[in-house]
This record gives sequence, structure tokens and C-alpha cells, in this order.
Amino acid sequence: MDYIAILLPIAFALTMISVFMGLCSYSVLAERKVSSWIQGRVGPNRTRLPLIGHIPILGNLLTGLGIFQPAADGLKFLFKEEITPGHVNKFYYYLAPVVALAPALTTMVVLPFGRYVDPSGVVQPLVLANIEIGMLFILGISSLGVYGIVLAGWSSNSKYPFLGAIRSSAQMISYELAMGLAILPVFMWSAAPGSEHGMSLFGVIESQKTLWLVIWQPLSALIFLVAVFAETNRLPFDMAESETDLVGGFHTEYGCFKFGLFFVAEYAHVIMGSALFVCLFLGGWNFLPGLADPWSDNTFGAVLSVLWFMAKVFFMIFFFIWVRWTLPRFRYDQVMSLGWKILLPLAIGNLVFNTLLIAAYDHFAQ
Amino acid sequence: MAKTKVIERKPLTFAEKTFIPQILTGLKTTGKTMFQKNITLQYPDERPSIPDNYRGVPTLVKDPNGREKCVSCQLCEFVCPPKAIRITPGEIDAEAEPDRAHVEKAPKEFDINMLRCIYCGLCQEVCPEEAIFLQDVFSLSGYSRDEMVNNKQKLYELGGTLPDKHYKWDKKKAAEEHGNAH
Repeated sequence: MDYIAILLPIAFALTMISVFMGLCSYSVLAERKVSSWIQGRVGPNRTRLPLIGHIPILGNLLTGLGIFQPAADGLKFLFKEEITPGHVNKFYYYLAPVVALAPALTTMVVLPFGRYVDPSGVVQPLVLANIEIGMLFILGISSLGVYGIVLAGWSSNSKYPFLGAIRSSAQMISYELAMGLAILPVFMWSAAPGSEHGMSLFGVIESQKTLWLVIWQPLSALIFLVAVFAETNRLPFDMAESETDLVGGFHTEYGCFKFGLFFVAEYAHVIMGSALFVCLFLGGWNFLPGLADPWSDNTFGAVLSVLWFMAKVFFMIFFFIWVRWTLPRFRYDQVMSLGWKILLPLAIGNLVFNTLLIAAYDHFAQ
Repeated sequence: MAKTKVIERKPLTFAEKTFIPQILTGLKTTGKTMFQKNITLQYPDERPSIPDNYRGVPTLVKDPNGREKCVSCQLCEFVCPPKAIRITPGEIDAEAEPDRAHVEKAPKEFDINMLRCIYCGLCQEVCPEEAIFLQDVFSLSGYSRDEMVNNKQKLYELGGTLPDKHYKWDKKKAAEEHGNAH
């Protein structure tokens, strides 16, 4: 009897990890494909798995879209020769990729990705752990991701990785502040005193049933989006691995599967960032602003809500890639001044404004 | 003296200072390119179209009657700047082509070393018989140095027939039949 209670969460967790890793590998493919489309190229279109790839029309279509490419990419990393440079600090050198990937995978525990209606008729989130401080947990854990980068840069014992690591840690610390301050107004509105959900992400999504927060709090959304770009080390903020001035950045000395882990970690961060933005500002699984959810109360409705959530996440991932090929990289001092001189004051101003607004609302509404 | 024109720079508007309109314009531009036609040529599957006057691999051609045009005068061999051509002159088989034998020669061996060839086209330019042409073959590869030397058979294979209208030997024959050999 108790076995099920223990085994079921493990099964759920394993399923979620495998789906998440699948998403990571396919967002690598999406990156390559969208990049090539934006640049007028074709992108990976040759990898063909036996059997499925040889079904007459479908096989060619899938091959042309590069659907089998992630398998080839992953296997390439697996079968490459494992090279460890002689000048590295071995323990931390091996630890760094794991430390980079683990936080990104840990944060997904509290991420609600759909909703179902339990037998008593209450809407419940589909989430591994519906803790009340979900957002704090995500902010706390995802900040640990910088340790992977710093450890990698430091243990490589080589100047370019070291520079990349220093830059990225400074950048992540700067933008963390703006990020945290940007989402405070969100929770001030959604988790008002006496609300039942507290700081959990489920509460935020439920509060967006009628109006998405991106419409209601555009400034918060903008600041948060910019900060997420910076936190995930994506262009235009990829200070940590700016190829032009730092060779490969923090992972210059890494090869084969250790590099693969960094790579997956980057995309895991991108997916988490996208999912978080969808949760906080794009209404999660809520259908469209102003429209009631068409999801029914049965299992099918739950599946639909998950699919709708995923569709939004995919759009955000696409947006990340789109921006990557639109904006050039900022100079390092520009990144710093944008973070400290513009985003942080803006976020504080936004917070103060919303505080006053809520105070006024409370004062005059009663 | 050229007149120096000073253009006054307008101060940025508030919208421009936020960069957001510019970013949106950029996103629009990249978004548009996403739906444009790809310019990639998928090379081994699709071949580029070669212009008619392309100077590719030098080849030997035959005339419309299937006769060798080369008379092994060796002009190309002498003019070749990197000395890529080597010709061994030989006699024409008297039994196969009795009217040409002892009048013209033909190459016994004709080697062009493609590792030396610089595709300058001087051999084509110098040839009095219009027998050697730089044609549209542009990708040449081999596993050994020997393979990269095109011999006579390979050269004729690559060259094929030139549909010219000279019919040198037909005219000669017709003239002979009318009683004036020259």
C-alpha cells in the first residue's frame, strides 16, 4: 500500500526529467533550425534513423526537419574521446558541469505545468511539489547555476574561461536583483494577505484567469524578460561565452560529454526561464485574456491545459532564439550599466508605484 | 575642394532611448527573413548551373565523325605554364583510317597532370585544331597522385564530341573525288 505512495512520485519525477531532457535536446535542434532559417540557410536535414526515417513521405519530411538530429548530437558527445587538460583542478573540473545542470533540473520540481480538477471539484495544479514558496525556491535554486560556471572557469586554470566565469558571475548577481524586484509587484497583487495560495506559482496563474499579467504589469514583464535573458546567459547578454573575445568562454577547456552537460544546462535554463515567464506573465495554462478556459474537468481537459502551457513555452523558446539572431552582443560595461543604472532603478520605481497603488486601492476601496 | 557638410544629429527621443522600437524593428526584419527562400544550394544533390564559358578541367574532344582532333603538335605542351601536359606523339593506325594515316599524327599518350594544372586555358587558346577545351567539370578528386593524372582515355571521356562544322576530312575526301586533291 505504501509502496505506491513512494513509487508514484518517483515515477512522476522520472517522467518529468525525461520529458524535460527531451525538450532540452529538441530546443537545441530548434535553435539550429531557427538560426538557419533566419540566416537563409537550411539547417540540419541529413540525419536519418533506420526504420522511421525510411517511411516513404513521412520519413523524408522528418529528416528534412532534422527531427533525428538530437540523437546524432548526443551520441557525438558520448563517443568523443574524453580529454582532460593536464593543468586543471580535476575535482572541480569534473564537478562543474554537474553543478551547472543540477539547479536547472531542480527548479522544475515546483513548476506547475497544467491543471486538473480533483474529485471534490477543486482545481489543482499538475506539479511535482506544490510548495507555497515556489517562486522563492526557483529564485534561490536557479542562482546556484552560476556556481557551475564559476567553478568551470576557475578549475580550468586558464585565462579565458576564468574571464568568462568572472563576467558571468558579476552579470548574474547584477540581474538577479532586478529580476527579484520585478516580480515583487506580481506577488503583491496575486498573493494579497489572506489569499489561499501564498507565493506559489499556482496562485499567480490562477490570478491571471481574466487578465494576463503582461498586460496588467508590462514594465515588470519587460524587466523580468531582460533579466531572464541575462540570467540564462543568452545573447545579447552572453558575456560568459562571448566567442569573439573569450574563445569559448567558461567552457573553453571542456570537451565531449562534459561540454554536452553545459550545453544541456544552458537550454534547461532557457526552458525554465521561458516556463517561468509564461507562468508569471503569460497566464500559464489560461486560454486567452478575457476568455474563460475551455478545458473540461476530465483528464482530457488536463491534457489540453498542459499542451496549451507547452505551446506558450515553445513560443517563448522561439522568442529567445529569435532575439539571439536579432540583437548584437552588448559590451560588458553596457551590460553592467544597463543592469545597475536602468533596470534596477526601474524595478524599484515600479515596486514603489505598485505599493502606492495598492495602498490607494485599499484606502479608497473600503 | 570638396565642401564639408555638417549634419546635425537630432537628440534621441524617449522612445529611441529605450531601444524598444529599434528592437521591434530588428525582430521584424529577422522574422521576415525566416520566411524567405533559403539561398543554400544542397551541393551533392543539387549542382550549380555552370556558365558556358566556364574554365574547368581541360579535356580532349572528338569531331562529329568520332575522329580524334588532336594531331599531337605539342603546342599545348610547350605553352603550358606549369608543365602539366605531356604528349607522346604516335602514328595513326593505317588500317583503321587509311586516308588520315601518314598525313596527320595522333597522340599515343596524352597526360594532363591535374595536380599541376592551373586552369589558365592557354592550351585551349593555343590549339590550332580546336582539340582541347576547358569544360564544365569543376570537382576533381582522387585517392592518389597517379589518379590525378588524366590520361588520354579519361580526357576523351570527359571531353566527348564537339559539334563543330569543320568536317575537315569529309571536305578533303569530297575534293579528292572531284579531282583536285588540294
